[in-house]
Amino acid sequence: MTRLPDGRYVDDAPFDPEASIRHLERRDLDAPNWLLIWRKFRQHKLGLISGIFLLLSYLMLPFAGFIAPYTPNQRLSEHLYAPPQAVRLFYEGEFIGPFVYPIEGIADLETFQWKFIPDKTRPMPLEFFCEGRSYRLAGLIESDTHLFCAPEGATIFLWGADRLGRDVFSRILYGAQLSLTVGLIGISVSFLLGIGFGSIAGYFGGKIDWAINRVIEILRSLPELPLWLALSAAVPSNWGPVSVFFIISVILGILDWPGLARAVRAKFLSLREEEYVRAAEMMGASSGRVIRKHLLPNFMSHLIASATLSIPAMILGETALSFLGLGLRAPAVSWGVMLNDAQNLASIEIYPWTAIPMLPIIVVVLAFNFLGDGLRDSLDPYES
Amino acid sequence: MLILRYAIYRFATMLLTLLVVSVLVFVIINLPPGDYLSNQIAELRASGQEAGVAKAEFLRKEYALDRPLWEQYMIWVGFLPGPNGFSGLVQGNFGWSFEFDQPVSEIVGESLWLTVLVNLAAVLFVYLVALPLGVLAAARSKSWVDYTSAFVGYLGLATPNFLLALILFYYGHKYFNLPIGGMMDPVYEGQPMGWDKAKSILIHLIVPTFVIGTSGASAMMQRLRANMLDELGKPYVETAIAKGMSPRRMLTKYPLRVAFNPFVADIGNLLPAMVSGSVLVSVVLGLQTIGPTLLTALKTQDQFLSGFVLMFVALLTLMGTMISDVLLVLLDPRIRYEGRDV
Repeated sequence: MTRLPDGRYVDDAPFDPEASIRHLERRDLDAPNWLLIWRKFRQHKLGLISGIFLLLSYLMLPFAGFIAPYTPNQRLSEHLYAPPQAVRLFYEGEFIGPFVYPIEGIADLETFQWKFIPDKTRPMPLEFFCEGRSYRLAGLIESDTHLFCAPEGATIFLWGADRLGRDVFSRILYGAQLSLTVGLIGISVSFLLGIGFGSIAGYFGGKIDWAINRVIEILRSLPELPLWLALSAAVPSNWGPVSVFFIISVILGILDWPGLARAVRAKFLSLREEEYVRAAEMMGASSGRVIRKHLLPNFMSHLIASATLSIPAMILGETALSFLGLGLRAPAVSWGVMLNDAQNLASIEIYPWTAIPMLPIIVVVLAFNFLGDGLRDSLDPYES
Repeated sequence: MLILRYAIYRFATMLLTLLVVSVLVFVIINLPPGDYLSNQIAELRASGQEAGVAKAEFLRKEYALDRPLWEQYMIWVGFLPGPNGFSGLVQGNFGWSFEFDQPVSEIVGESLWLTVLVNLAAVLFVYLVALPLGVLAAARSKSWVDYTSAFVGYLGLATPNFLLALILFYYGHKYFNLPIGGMMDPVYEGQPMGWDKAKSILIHLIVPTFVIGTSGASAMMQRLRANMLDELGKPYVETAIAKGMSPRRMLTKYPLRVAFNPFVADIGNLLPAMVSGSVLVSVVLGLQTIGPTLLTALKTQDQFLSGFVLMFVALLTLMGTMISDVLLVLLDPRIRYEGRDV
C-alpha cells in the first residue's frame, strides 16, 4: 500500500488487466454443473477428507474378512477380556519387523479376573497373507487368506478381546458391513417416500397437499425413538439376521421421510409456477413426466446433500436400537450389538476396550456431517 | 384477544393430532401377532395348567381383547362402552398391565412427573448453554471461542447419547463424586416430597440433563450462530456501531432480538428428539422415568402399558410444541397465523 501525495492509497501490486476476464472464463460458464460443484467442493478441505475417508470405508466393506485377522464369531476361550496388544517393530533396539509378544492368562485369585502377562523374551513376528478361518469375500467367494495374522501360539488382539474372547478389531470390521449399510438402505427408503409424497403434495396442491402436510406434521411432532422401539418390537423374533437387518433399516427410513418431503414440497410449490413447467404441460407432458424430467433435476443435488446429513441419524438409530436389544441381534455383528456388551459401568471401568466401537461410530458420523456441510456449501457454484 | 384465540385454535389442533396419534399408537402396538393374554393362554395350555387359562380367558373378556380391533380401539380410548361401561383414556382409566398385574396408573405413577422433570431440565439446559455460546460464537466468529464451541458441538452431535451417559457417569463419579444411576437416593423412594428429597433429585439430575441436552444444545447453538451472523451483516448494525453504541449493548438490543425468534420456534423441532433421548438415557442410567417401563412393556407385548406410555410421550411433545408456538406469537408481533383479511 503506497500513499500518493494527494492522500489516496494505491495497491503496490502491478495492475493486471486480465484479472477480471480470468475471473469469469467462458469455459467455466459452459462447464457442466457437476464440474463446478466439484471444483468448489475441492476447496472445502474438511469435507473432501471426510468424503475420501467414507469412500475408503465403504470400499473396505467387501474385504472386511480379508483385513480382519479373525472371523467375527471365532472364540479364543483362553483369552477372555484380553487387553489390546501392541504391534512392535524393535526388539532390544534391533529392527526385526512387526511382531507381538505372546500373552498368557493367569487367574488372579484376589480380584477373580484374568491377568494377561506378555512373555517379553519371545518376540513372535506377524505373518502376512497367511491362512486362517475361512470367510466369504464380498459374501460370495470363499477364501481363507488373511492380510495378517498371529503366528502359531500367539494372538493378535489389536483392540483387545471381548467377553467371549472374540477379537474386537475384527468384529468392528465385520460390524461396519451392517452398521454402514443400514444408513444407505434407510436413506433410500426415506428418499423414495420423501420425494414421492413431497412432489405429489407440492405439484398437485389442494386437498392432497393438505392431507400430506398433516401427516408430515404429525410424524414430525412425534419422538422417533419410542416409535422405532415399538416398531422393532413388532419384528418377529424368529426371523433371520438378514431379514431383521432389512426391516430395521426400512423402519429407520419410514420415520425419516417427513423432513425431506417438506423440503421437496416447498421447492415444488415455487417451481411449478415457472414458465418451462407451463410449456411442458402445454406440450402435453404427463404430470409424472413433468415431475421427473423437468422439476426434480432442479434440486436433486440439494436433496443429495440433505440426505448425506440424515444418514448419521440412522447410523446412530441402529446403534441405539441394537444397544437396547431391539435392533439387530447376535450372531449378527454390528457396532450397536458390540456396544451391548459395554452396557454397564463395570465393563467401562475394567475393560474399557469393549467400548471401542464407539470410536468408529463417532468418526463416521462426524465424517458424514462434514461431507454434507461441504456438499451443501458447494452446491451454488456461481456464488462466490 | 387475538392471542387467546390463537391459543385456543392451537389447542384444538393439538387435540386432533393427539387423536390421530392414538390411532397410530394403537396400530403399532397391535402389529406383533397375538397379544399378551393369548400368548399366555397358549403357554399355559402347553404346560397343562388349565386353572390359569380360565383366569386369562376372563381377563381377555374383561378387557375386550376378544372383540374386533376397531372396537378394541374405541373402548381403549373411551368412545365406546366396554364390558364395564365407558372407561378409557378419556375417562382417565389407563387400563391394566398384564405383566405387572397392576393398574397402569399405579405403575407409571411417580415416574410421569420425573419424566416431565427430566425433560424440563434438559430444555432449560439447552437454553442456558446454547444462548450464550451461540451469541458468543457469532460475535467472535473465527476466533478460538467459535472453533471450540463448533468442535464441542460436533462431538455432541456425533456421540451416541447412551455412551456419553455411561462415560459421564463414570468420570462424574470418579472426580466429582456424583451419584451413579437412579433419580434419587434409595432412602427417599416412596417418601413424601421434602427438602432433602428435592436436593437428592437435583444432584441426580446433573448427568442425565447434560447427556440429554448436549446434542440439542449443539444443534441450537449452530442455528443461533448462523442467524446471528446473518443479522450482524445487515446495515443497521453498521449504523449502530457508527453512532457509537457499545458493542455489547448493540448486540443485545438489535440482532439478538431478531435472532431470538427461531430460537423459541425451534424448541418444537427439538423436543421430539430430546424426549427420544430421555427414553434411551433413562434405560441406560436406570432413571425411574417411563423409559425403562416402555422398554419392558414393548418386549412383553403388555399392550395397555406400552400404549399409555407412548401416548404420554406424544402428549408431552405436543404440549411442548404448542407452548413454543404460542410463546412465539407473544414474542414476535409480526407473526400472525390467521388469514390476511381478518
